[in-house]
Amino acid sequence: MSRDANPHAALSVAGLSYAFGKRQVLRDIGFNVLPGDFTVLLGLNGAGKTTLFALITRLYSARAGHMSVFGHDVERAPLAALAHLGVVFQQPTLDLDLTVEQNLFYHAALHGLSRAQARGAIAEELGRIGLLGRRHDRVRALSGGQKRRVELARALVHKPSLLLLDEPTVGLDMESRHFLLQHVRALCATRAIGVLWATHLIDEAGDESRVIVLHEGRILADGSSGRLTAPGGTLKDAFDALIRKAAA
Amino acid sequence: MSATGALGPAAYWQCLAGIIRREALRWVHQRGRFVSALVRPLVWLVIFAAGFHFVLGVSISPPYRTYIPYEVYIAPGLAGMIQLFNGMQSSLSMVYDREMGSMRTLMISPFPRWFLLICKLLAGVAVSIVQVYIFLAIAWFWHIRPPLTGYIAVLPALILAGLMLGALGLVLSSFIRQLENFAGVMNFVIFPMFFTSSALYPLWRMQQASLPIYWLAQLNPFTHAVELIRFALYGAFNPVSALVVCAYLVVFMAAAIVGYDPGRGLLARRGGGGTDG
Repeated sequence: MSRDANPHAALSVAGLSYAFGKRQVLRDIGFNVLPGDFTVLLGLNGAGKTTLFALITRLYSARAGHMSVFGHDVERAPLAALAHLGVVFQQPTLDLDLTVEQNLFYHAALHGLSRAQARGAIAEELGRIGLLGRRHDRVRALSGGQKRRVELARALVHKPSLLLLDEPTVGLDMESRHFLLQHVRALCATRAIGVLWATHLIDEAGDESRVIVLHEGRILADGSSGRLTAPGGTLKDAFDALIRKAAA
Repeated sequence: MSATGALGPAAYWQCLAGIIRREALRWVHQRGRFVSALVRPLVWLVIFAAGFHFVLGVSISPPYRTYIPYEVYIAPGLAGMIQLFNGMQSSLSMVYDREMGSMRTLMISPFPRWFLLICKLLAGVAVSIVQVYIFLAIAWFWHIRPPLTGYIAVLPALILAGLMLGALGLVLSSFIRQLENFAGVMNFVIFPMFFTSSALYPLWRMQQASLPIYWLAQLNPFTHAVELIRFALYGAFNPVSALVVCAYLVVFMAAAIVGYDPGRGLLARRGGGGTDG
């Protein structure tokens, strides 16, 4: 299943395994995400998606395997790798007591941007998600969908080339989900950002996406949505079949 | 900043300024924290010290050159208390950030983790120093009037003491998994440190009462933080306390950096507070 590391990939993962004590969470994971790719990491809760994200973002340290971001080894050159990354975590990470703009300025500072540099980027990203007029509002006053949009805008303020999103649409209504998906797909097309979108919602994969199916820490399938789906079937049928086969 | 990860000194400065700004904004926005940080030492000064006004007796001990009332004695200890509580508040906010997920935004910054921790520490210290000066300004009206030069001389002492207590908070935050456990920190760290220190009673008094507690107080980093502040506030320098505070600062900071290291630290072993999806 594991592919060799690709130095041209936005994200390259090879032979990655991880365990919490005796509990093996990831087993020999390998895949690449190319610049401009929209890749869906599909898996049920507990599949290992969040652990994989924590390893790529170096919240945990990998003991077996290799990961690189635009050729920068995540373990050996973490700072260079992290500089390329924009992340939307599963948990909300905005400071509710601060305004939208203060949150974004804080994030920009964490990436070494001056306030002058950040101001334009913040206005641009907030404008893109339709929340420029709310920039002085406390985050606490925003709806769930709006908070998620702000998280996405924040992840883009420092112009990353690889965007990781961990279950970004959980708890959102259909309209907000649709907005986020369209927005991120557009980023792939217009800015050639590589995207890894983790979800357990099969309909987010769409017909054209590349899908990596992760189950109990293993990759069960990796290919285009169309290729994984049997003629006349749906991606959900294909996913269920893979899970059944893995359980057998 | 370049995407190659080459961050210049200006970028480091922006990062530090951004973290300090956020800490200050949080402090101002959280009115309860703002008010309680001021009220707590003032209650001690106004009520507790009134009851013990003449408790110190007839001895004169450095850095004081005359007999002093009790409230004058405990004022530096209360300044230290502000910093002690603030250090623990910072660690509480780290635990809160970890539970709420906002710790992750800090930890995925492309700056070295030791630098981010130091920024977080400096931000907490900056806030605590503002609190101490506000307290000293109010205390002036309560006849706590050290020499004017003392207000300047105390600044480096406050920075050093604040760093050491903040670093202790960082270590604790790397060990504490959940907010509920923070009550334990109050009971087992803050109160013992405060009461077995020279904040409320001079060490010579303690020595007369109980030798073991006297030696505990001598080992207590908070004692030396308080003495450093006390001496500086009256224009004197306490080299032993300065050395002890520096030594504890190095130890606590090293432990905090290990605690937050993704490879070696507790963050990884415990799963970092996140759930897996």
